[in-house]
Amino acid sequence: MNYHANEKGYYGEFGGAFIPEMLYPNIEELRRKYLDIMYEESFQKEFHQLLKDYVGRPSPLYFAKRLSEKHNCKIYLKREDLNHTGAHKVNNTIGQILMAQKLGKKRIIAETGAGQHGVATATVCALMGMECIVYMGEIDIERQAPNVARMKMLGAEVRPALSGSRTLKDATNEAIRDWINNPVDTHYIIGSAIGPHPYPDMVTRFQSVISEEIRWQLKEKEGRENPDYVVACIGGGSNAAGTYYHFLNEPQVGIIAVEAAGKGVETGESAATSALGKVGIIHGCKTMLMQTTDGQITEPYSISAGLDYPGVGPMHSHLHKSGRAEFYSATDDEAMTAGLELSQLEGIIPAIETGHAFAIFDHKKFQPDDVVVISLSGRGDKDLQTYIDYFKLA
Amino acid sequence: MNRIHQKLQEDKKLLSIYFTAGYPSLNDTVQIIQDLERNGVDMIEIGLPFSDPLADGPTIQDSSTAALKNGMTTEKLFEQLARIRETVSIPLIVMGYFNPMLQYGVEAFCKKCSEIGIDGIIMPDLPLDVYQSDFEATFKKYGLLNVFLITPQTSEERIHQIDEASDGFIYMVSSASVTGSKSGFGNEQTDYFERIATMNLKNPQIVGFGIKDAETFQQATKTAKGAIIGSAFIKYLTSNGIESISDFVKTIR
Repeated sequence: MNYHANEKGYYGEFGGAFIPEMLYPNIEELRRKYLDIMYEESFQKEFHQLLKDYVGRPSPLYFAKRLSEKHNCKIYLKREDLNHTGAHKVNNTIGQILMAQKLGKKRIIAETGAGQHGVATATVCALMGMECIVYMGEIDIERQAPNVARMKMLGAEVRPALSGSRTLKDATNEAIRDWINNPVDTHYIIGSAIGPHPYPDMVTRFQSVISEEIRWQLKEKEGRENPDYVVACIGGGSNAAGTYYHFLNEPQVGIIAVEAAGKGVETGESAATSALGKVGIIHGCKTMLMQTTDGQITEPYSISAGLDYPGVGPMHSHLHKSGRAEFYSATDDEAMTAGLELSQLEGIIPAIETGHAFAIFDHKKFQPDDVVVISLSGRGDKDLQTYIDYFKLA
Repeated sequence: MNRIHQKLQEDKKLLSIYFTAGYPSLNDTVQIIQDLERNGVDMIEIGLPFSDPLADGPTIQDSSTAALKNGMTTEKLFEQLARIRETVSIPLIVMGYFNPMLQYGVEAFCKKCSEIGIDGIIMPDLPLDVYQSDFEATFKKYGLLNVFLITPQTSEERIHQIDEASDGFIYMVSSASVTGSKSGFGNEQTDYFERIATMNLKNPQIVGFGIKDAETFQQATKTAKGAIIGSAFIKYLTSNGIESISDFVKTIR
């Protein structure tokens, strides 16, 4: 079976481009050109140069000795938290800003939930001297104040999404509406492996630098390119897509996804899309999403704003349905506890999103000689207040 | 003959009105349709509300949110419309987003529409290629016309493609915008209207987005067969309720 997108952007039955005609010219132009532009020698050279000199890649693959002892297997951490701006998000925004330039666009829009993608977008816009508008739910603006300040300092305009639940889903709607209103000079930098084709595939390819590095780094350390398992947390699924990419067609590598269960899958306050979702259309893409029987999209819940999304990228829907990946979900409590454990065993404070990946040990037992690579997708600086409140650290 | 085809043959400029089903109140649907017909409106788009209407501006978004809060669902709308053909003969089109239709089941949805006497469907996020490969046969089986949109940015080649795939009329989006956001038409729109008029398309065009009063209606229908008013009508309902729909229609023509 093939786990990559076909030329129409389908992963099995999932994907495609369910867009109103107003978006067609922009999406069609991108669809026709993205692969040619991306694999031009000059583009690759500039992309990789920036990843090296500006982002600080390759990110280390670190053997976590104490965590390995605790969980009785060989655990490696892919340190995306050490990237400039503190998460994997910047891999994609560097790629897409170069893409926008090649397409002749002058103005950049983006959506953000926790603010990580917004910051990564504002950063590359500052780097390239381009106008940047970031849509963010009014509720998220309140609860992620430090990232709002960072975006403003980087010169971006942060526009509140006032519709619906005023969170990530609505910020995405507003960004799409902006693109409908500004169809000529604007490029929309989507932050996750979601949206209409070619976005999921394009974002995944930009993020695939993660698994590309894991292969040669693991070869150096373990003498083999393939781990036994790769583990990542999933909201929309961009860090997961990048972590899995080069292992998708390597059947001996187990692929593990951890979603946010919120207060518990059955509580009605959850974001575990694979467990709670059904096939439908969200933001231009056919995928698993949380919805009513009537097809109205429902509100997810997670303590981490970055996993607070009612859908999941189409690649992941396919990995789930085909059985290629194992899906688990971690509750708020499990993720917070796993974050604290990583902090105290390895001296690394992860983002709460990332904490969900580390909660895998509550759900799955590995063999002592299993090599398990976990995507450490982001650092926890932005979440300190949440950690402080949760563990009463103050 | 489909009621839309019949209407398009009439020698007049057509006034079409969009409203969101379930707004202002859950059970206003039938009365709004009857009043629009009684006051000489030519065609009606019944909006099936959706939680995430990404081609719509704040007016239709808010009416959709309110309608859902009032309890509107696909099933409820079909119940309300079950006997609508006993009282009206105006062409009726269901307009919405594709996900609720997909969840109801495309075939079941089309069958229900056909039983009720719905004449056409507008699903802006059901793209041309998916419609043709997966659903065209079903729409046709139930005698439903599918209406496609074009915009000022749509290429000439694609307009011809859409014209070829259409049977009825083409929904001509007046400007690069979501619904309800433009104040009047400028040269850009007039040029676009004239450009389309000279393309000799087989399907007539009906202009939507940005039609809000007599002036914009006249501008839009100078070359096009008709025009659709949505947000302006919803705003009117919000301020005036459903009792004086005739006053609104009189301000247009």
